[in-house]
Amino acid sequence: MITGTDRNLGKRRRKGQVSHAIFLAATMVGIVALSFLLGDVARKGIGWLDWQFLTSLPSRFPERSGISSALWGSIWLIGLTALFSLTIGVGTAIYLEEYARRGWLTRAIQTNISNLAGVPSIVYGILGLAAFVRAMSLGRSVMAGALTMTLLILPIIIVASQEAIRAVPRPLRDASFALGATRWQTVRRVVLPAAAPGILTGIILALARALGEAAPLIMIGALMFVPFVPTSPLDQFSVLPIQIFNWTARPQPEFRLIAAAAIIVLLVVLLMMNAAAVLLRNKYQKRAEE
Amino acid sequence: MSETYTVLETRGLSLWYSGFQALRDISLGIKSNQITAIIGPSGCGKSSYLRCFNRMNELITGARVGGKVLFHDEDVYSPEVDPTEIRYRIGMVFQKPNPFPKTVYENVAFGPRINGYDGDLDELVEGSLHRAALWDDVKDRLGESSAKLSGGQQQRLCIARALAVEPEVILMDEPCSALDPIATLAIEELMHELSQDYTIIIVTHNMQQAARVSDMAAFLMMGEDRAGFLVEYGPTEQLFTNPRDKRTEDYITGRFG
Ligand SMILES: Nc1ncnc2c1ncn2[C@@H]1O[C@H](COP(=O)(O)OP(=O)(O)OP(=O)(O)O)[C@@H](O)[C@H]1O
Ligand SMILES: [Mg+2]
Repeated sequence: MITGTDRNLGKRRRKGQVSHAIFLAATMVGIVALSFLLGDVARKGIGWLDWQFLTSLPSRFPERSGISSALWGSIWLIGLTALFSLTIGVGTAIYLEEYARRGWLTRAIQTNISNLAGVPSIVYGILGLAAFVRAMSLGRSVMAGALTMTLLILPIIIVASQEAIRAVPRPLRDASFALGATRWQTVRRVVLPAAAPGILTGIILALARALGEAAPLIMIGALMFVPFVPTSPLDQFSVLPIQIFNWTARPQPEFRLIAAAAIIVLLVVLLMMNAAAVLLRNKYQKRAEE
Repeated sequence: MSETYTVLETRGLSLWYSGFQALRDISLGIKSNQITAIIGPSGCGKSSYLRCFNRMNELITGARVGGKVLFHDEDVYSPEVDPTEIRYRIGMVFQKPNPFPKTVYENVAFGPRINGYDGDLDELVEGSLHRAALWDDVKDRLGESSAKLSGGQQQRLCIARALAVEPEVILMDEPCSALDPIATLAIEELMHELSQDYTIIIVTHNMQQAARVSDMAAFLMMGEDRAGFLVEYGPTEQLFTNPRDKRTEDYITGRFG
């Protein structure tokens, strides 16, 4: 039989149990608060959620109000933002990781990008207002909104992409170079495919953040009340968070209920984006392993 | 076999990593269609030396080369020379198998593709796998991931991948260090066959292996300042049975290192 030497076992075990309890409690706080919130939203909003709600334009009368213009505004905004931030963000990450010489300038750029990720989103709104709405005279268009959002999430995308690119094992690059590949061929055929899952996940999570942002768009003058669906990048627009904000600010209590319904729509879109991130990542990983 | 000549040569080659000198003044000539072994204690700069031949050191920030590397009497480091051309003609197999996370087929086809090969790719892939003695193992699994192969198969896949661009010289940096004795033997036999068509330079820690496979052998050592230098270079037979330098003798008889 194994006899216990006294190594303070009882005390150590108690300590372990206490810390277990603390961490469990910490987790529960988050989960409880979140489920309470979700439950409240679902209870209020679910009754208003129907096809009519999804396809109608906003109206002065809550029962006739719908989310279609805000939903389409969000889709336009995220689509354009994805296009811009993907090209610029991944391009920047490739440049910084693969081409830039490691000098003080690169280091300065790098530090700046990391710091930009911490700038409050309203500041990007001010910049967007000055640069896109006024200077480039894009007006209060989806285009101006998408460019502003691009600035907002670019730092996140650049840093995430850089990390994904940096994680590609050095021996793989060496193998490519040793076969006579140029830097671009190596990036294109070895580095990017291996980094793609990480890059895609970063992009989708950043876009999910952009989807929930209202402040910078209010700043550049996205409209509160948009009785039409945008059909071109230069159209005016609203987005889901702004529509929700607008409805919760109305005096009639019914509007608060359709705001809850709109929140459900926003959450569903967010969930779909996260699911897409997971699916894409799995697909790429499988392909890499096949 | 046609007459041998000097394919590669280093003249007074030195190498620095930032401030640290890793190699000092190494001069030797590599004969065509022979297997040249580079031996020496760990850290003396064997891998570094090998990477000078195909300019792989350039990919390391801070690395700087002095002296000359001649390939067919042309300076590999002259500004007119494109490093990708050098690497295309001087292939490399690394210490740890590093197949791409792609299919077996795509691994072998990678080199020809990037170098604009316009012949029959299937045939080239098959031929390369044959020459690397891997065809029978993988002929039904060309579309499978390289990750599913065993370590020894992966290393042979890397050899096939290097062969597919049809280089003149193959640099091998301890190609068997991650393999068991049977896989090692298979690769040694393979090298012997390849030496009919290619010039091979192999770095190895394994004295028996150097004695078994190589025609010529170079012994490197570290100086006081940890810079590697050439102690002795000659026919393997002579280097192992009748070394000229006392330090070589001590090393191969296992008295240090
Ligand atoms: N990328 C690098 N940057 C800086 N120093 C390096 C680098 N690669 C190698 N060195 C140094 O150069 C010296 C020679 O290293 P190298 O890898 O060429 O030795 P080696 O003879 O191949 O050793 P081993 O037998 O252990 O593989 C070592 O002191 C090592 O620390
Ligand atoms: Mg080495």
